[in-house]
Amino acid sequence: MTLSRRTLLGTAAAGATLPLVRSARAQAANTIKIGVLNDQSGPYRDTGGTSSVAAVQMAVDEFASKGFKVEVISADHQNKPDLGAQIARQWYDRDGVDVVMDVPTSSVGLAVAGVAKEKNKLHINIGAATVELTNKACAPSLIHYTYDTYMLAKSTGGATVKAGGDTWFFITADYAFGKQLQADTTTMVLASGGKVNGSVAYPFPGTTDYSSFLLQAQASGAKILGLANAGGDTVNSVKQAKEFGITMKIATMLMFITDVHALGLDVAGGLSLTESFYWDMNDKTRAFTKRFLPRSPTNYPNMIHAGNYSSALHFLKAVTDMGVPAAKASGTAIADRMKAMPVSDECYQGSIRKDGRGMFPAYLFEVKKPAESKGKWDYYKLVQTTPAEEAYKPLSASECYFIKS
Amino acid sequence: MFMILGYPAPLMFGQLLLGLINGAFYALLSLGLAVIFGMLNIVNFAHGAFFMLGAFVAWGLLEFLGVNYWFALLLAPVIVGIFGILLEKTLISRLYKLDHLYGLLLTFGMALIIEGLARNQFGSSGMPYRIPAILQGATNVGFMFLPNYRAWVVVASAIMCLVTWLIIEKTSIGATLRAATENAPLVQAFGINVPRMITLTYAGGVALAAFAGVLAAPIYSVNPNMGANFIITVFAVVVIGGMGSILGSIVTGFGLGIVEGLTKVFYPQGSATVIFVVMVIVLLVRPAGLFGKAA
Repeated sequence: MTLSRRTLLGTAAAGATLPLVRSARAQAANTIKIGVLNDQSGPYRDTGGTSSVAAVQMAVDEFASKGFKVEVISADHQNKPDLGAQIARQWYDRDGVDVVMDVPTSSVGLAVAGVAKEKNKLHINIGAATVELTNKACAPSLIHYTYDTYMLAKSTGGATVKAGGDTWFFITADYAFGKQLQADTTTMVLASGGKVNGSVAYPFPGTTDYSSFLLQAQASGAKILGLANAGGDTVNSVKQAKEFGITMKIATMLMFITDVHALGLDVAGGLSLTESFYWDMNDKTRAFTKRFLPRSPTNYPNMIHAGNYSSALHFLKAVTDMGVPAAKASGTAIADRMKAMPVSDECYQGSIRKDGRGMFPAYLFEVKKPAESKGKWDYYKLVQTTPAEEAYKPLSASECYFIKS
Repeated sequence: MFMILGYPAPLMFGQLLLGLINGAFYALLSLGLAVIFGMLNIVNFAHGAFFMLGAFVAWGLLEFLGVNYWFALLLAPVIVGIFGILLEKTLISRLYKLDHLYGLLLTFGMALIIEGLARNQFGSSGMPYRIPAILQGATNVGFMFLPNYRAWVVVASAIMCLVTWLIIEKTSIGATLRAATENAPLVQAFGINVPRMITLTYAGGVALAAFAGVLAAPIYSVNPNMGANFIITVFAVVVIGGMGSILGSIVTGFGLGIVEGLTKVFYPQGSATVIFVVMVIVLLVRPAGLFGKAA
């Protein structure tokens, strides 16, 4: 069987972007083009996917245009770094795309970051988790907006250790994101005097059965089961942990409200997780959600969707501020302008640090039990807020080349 | 506590049992594929999509009509089977005279369309489907906590495999079917409606996939990608067992589940590839598969 569905899909997707080439040439220099690149068919579709595209489009529609046109295009990277880099390259080089946004799946995010750096083009990463995007893989034209592995380790990991969970076993997705999240959480656990009993790395994507790993975790004698995975993988792991009567406390190191919805509160109730946005946080977030839902009827917004909206808005403000020609000329220049301006909208209030790190508070939530939930998607209780300065890796420890020097 | 290969024995027994459970799905799915390939000569790439549809029909029956798991286990295969008949009548039946490759392409395309539509409608996170009340909980079998539902999955698949094998190998219907594969015009000359028989066989294979889908629904979340995750592995199972061999697909299904389960202990990173490594070795040593007859 030499045919694989993914290869076929890949060819189709690559082919589909070709017709854009000609139209790009014909376009006026007065158009800003945003490309949203994410997983639209795999395990991370609901955490980002078409809802992220809708969020960016909503920001564009709501942004009172200051004399320039904005166009949004999107593509599916299928969680493949090579395909993601290829699309980004084509977008920047031939289609006149000014910013590539979202790009979940850390391995793909790192690949696209490399392209953006090489071409001095703006890349706003929202969906990927790895802290490397603002460290070893940092670039002057790269912004990492909503969250990262360091912040997850600090918030969820820190709180878990504080509550007495000092011995850990990790079940880890075997790629850039999972490894980084495990590494960051391990550092956190060791620094607090805890211990890691062991870990298993499973093949990503495509693993659906976690029972074997769960039994290994149980046999390790650790108190905490750290899940260094995301999306559908996390959903299946939690579900199966319950099924196999795993008595360890589960630390879902990265989980979104969309995952909680898929699990159902009877399974997810009581879990702790960290997001930097919750739709039911205050009047502003509720107002945003009310306008967002008609565009994404089956998906309430999580921090990735909100981050796409907020960063697109911030980008457009910066473009207005410096003018279209200057914004198009240099990715670093537009990134610097975004870093210089405070972020303030319904979803996020804060700033962007000089290494490209979005600085917003991290919220530790506990998932409600079925009896506590009063309505549709009423899922979270706020447990703890970590201010941005504490939640993110300090600049003094930065491994980013233009910060260190 | 005694050790096996450096691991505590209870852990190893647990892993063997888990391998058997996953093997049950492989066996059930590859059985349907083998039946369809053996009788129709169609490489049914849409099998994973039918597996997924089975799970979704069960979910829909519960969500919208309040039909419980046990009825869904009967109804979903019938509903998906009827859908299979429609596809066979309108599309697949046109390809029997052509090369295998055309059937493969057609069913592959059907799978993409069905899965794409489902993804569009339901997203990819999946829908929760609860384990039926009577099978909830787990039994302590000494070396591990065995969820009752998983035990049921092994039993149900084993029975289903056995029944299918008996029908095809030991009944007169099965004999006619096998004769029709060998020489359709001759069987038709005896007054048997061969095209209808083929349609029903396809429906039967599809129904097996849907049955597996309903079994899988409470374990994995019901999501549009659930079939795509399985199908490539299942094809490898069929190739290892010998294309079209009923018994081969059953035995290899369970066997490879165990091989995969053990890999998860010794080298988890390789658990997705081990089946393909086995496939390569088998193809080198016995190109017709473990149970296949050399052409």
